[in-house]
Amino acid sequence: MKKKNNLKAWLYLLPAILFLGVFMLYPLVDVCFYSLEENFHFVSQKYSGIGLGNFRHVLTDPYFAMALKNTLILVAITVPVSTGLSLLIALGLSSVQKVKKLFQTIYFLPYVTNTLAVGLVFWLLFRNTEHTDGLISSLIVSLGGESINFIEGTYWQKMMVTCLYTIWIVMPFKILILTSALASVNPDYYKAARVDGASSGRIFRKITLPMISPTVFYLIITGFIGAFKAYSDEVALFGTNLNAAEMNTIVGYVYDMLYSDSGGFPGYAAAAALLLFAIVFTITYVNLRFSRNKVQYM
Amino acid sequence: MKVVLENLTKRFPGRSKKDEAVTAVDHFSFEIPDGQLIGLLGPSGCGKSTTLNLISGLETPTEGKIFFGDEDVTDLPPEARGVGLVFQNYALYPHLTVEENIIFPLENLKGAKKLTKEAMHEKAMEAARLVQIDTLMERKPKELSGGQQQRVAIARALVKIPRVLLLDEPLSNLDARLRLQTREELRRIQRETGVTTIFVTHDQEEAMSISDLIIVMKSGKVHQIGKPQDVYDEPANLFVAQFLGTPQINVFDGAIRNGKVWIGKEAVLDAAGKADRDVWVGIRPEGFIPDPEGPFTCKMDRVEVMGRDVSVISTHEKMTGKCIRSIVSSENRFAPDQKEVRFRLKPYKVFLFDKESEERV
Repeated sequence: MKKKNNLKAWLYLLPAILFLGVFMLYPLVDVCFYSLEENFHFVSQKYSGIGLGNFRHVLTDPYFAMALKNTLILVAITVPVSTGLSLLIALGLSSVQKVKKLFQTIYFLPYVTNTLAVGLVFWLLFRNTEHTDGLISSLIVSLGGESINFIEGTYWQKMMVTCLYTIWIVMPFKILILTSALASVNPDYYKAARVDGASSGRIFRKITLPMISPTVFYLIITGFIGAFKAYSDEVALFGTNLNAAEMNTIVGYVYDMLYSDSGGFPGYAAAAALLLFAIVFTITYVNLRFSRNKVQYM
Repeated sequence: MKVVLENLTKRFPGRSKKDEAVTAVDHFSFEIPDGQLIGLLGPSGCGKSTTLNLISGLETPTEGKIFFGDEDVTDLPPEARGVGLVFQNYALYPHLTVEENIIFPLENLKGAKKLTKEAMHEKAMEAARLVQIDTLMERKPKELSGGQQQRVAIARALVKIPRVLLLDEPLSNLDARLRLQTREELRRIQRETGVTTIFVTHDQEEAMSISDLIIVMKSGKVHQIGKPQDVYDEPANLFVAQFLGTPQINVFDGAIRNGKVWIGKEAVLDAAGKADRDVWVGIRPEGFIPDPEGPFTCKMDRVEVMGRDVSVISTHEKMTGKCIRSIVSSENRFAPDQKEVRFRLKPYKVFLFDKESEERV
């Protein structure tokens, strides 16, 4: 009886296992193999040996170093800023009554807007063409400053635009989740706290924040993972030649190693992808450990 | 601290422009003497929780004034009123321990009232001992039973030594046995602290059993205020008579004619000196005395034996409820095939209410 049941269970699981196996597990394992095959040649499908040569190459590649630096800066700036801003906006949304729906819709718009379309808007804002300055640049000029072409400007000007872009793109989802988390806190807690004479700052710190801490934590973790995988936003702003724009990311580097003009190195791409995995894994683990005592699951 | 409500009114705006404003509390006036336990009683939706929220300061009145002692607190925010509030669901902060929950109000004190850590701990322990939860201080609320959670909520409300303690349906989340126990406990805590306490309930038995005074409300209006027994014995109107007492009072469609109370074709009671008019006749279940010679004849339905006493279930064409329930001594014997039962009525258990205004005649 038990054996028969087991068989049945496996049968039910088969579609999922097949799907996950073919599209998730096999590629994952394959990436590990690729990363160890040195000097793999796409056409002849041959490699010269097994070893850590690919990793050595990637880690000494200045383009990878740049991609890593860009990604880390992006993560360090966009995750805290976007989460913090989203929390502020969600708090604001939960305290207004009348036009709440309208604001919710407005804040949610970026989420349903195509990345490349947003890129275009950012071009209009930040990029100078032969005929006209970007909107922001025009604004600076009208205030008596000098014209700045952000998209083709200095490293930090470009980085600033990238961060703005990323923050703007990721906020709607966070606002949505945080608004619902705030709405799920029983208003009696706030009433009790008010009767007990707690200031609004203290209510936020001692009651609101602990109550929504699982949600905040979830957003931070997924925010980290998402930011580490940044690529499309940079393409939308600077085009596909990110190395030339000094704005490449790790995922961009992986893509370049595979497909771009300088591509055709699956070994390097696999090694870089595994390095990215190692970084994300470590950070997520540290996050989990750090938050164990801070997050209140109720 | 005595609490005085003067013409207190709260209107909530309608949901849309078309909807009319809802008057939850309508020109509420009464004075609660110092140090008493008051039961605010009424059916759900009658505005009793709103009244409590107005006293606590969580809602601001549309009209009227609230005094604690001689101080007008109408415009004071909740934290400045010095009230303790216990919520129906207790509203204990789930992420804090029992001790942290109880200390929470103390930590909010500012300026000269600010306490040291030790003083706070001492006060928390004192409040916890009062409600007998001093051995549970390290637990989280979800590790406590419903009754224990409620004690924590009361301790939290008492720790600042409030001028007025307010309890919103304090017993409704407890099971029947615990409810009885907690009821006594509430009474004891109130006596020990001497804090003027107002509690809201829809359970008349709960209100009657422990209150010094009960206030019966309906649709935002006070219907009667008085000592529980007085209100029960002398209901001011039909609503109060029907709301108080289990089993419910039996109400008949009757009339006063020529100094007698008539139900159907029978004159059941003297009503000397009362003008002729149509009335509702309310008879408490304990107001019936079985008597073969009695003036009031009902159709026998069945008898429910409860040991100490007996419930006689009968019907009458002029009754307004589904049946007539009378509670009589178990010494009475009824024949199994009895078709009819005749009663004598205790005059002080019979109340007459005007047909139109439903006020007591």
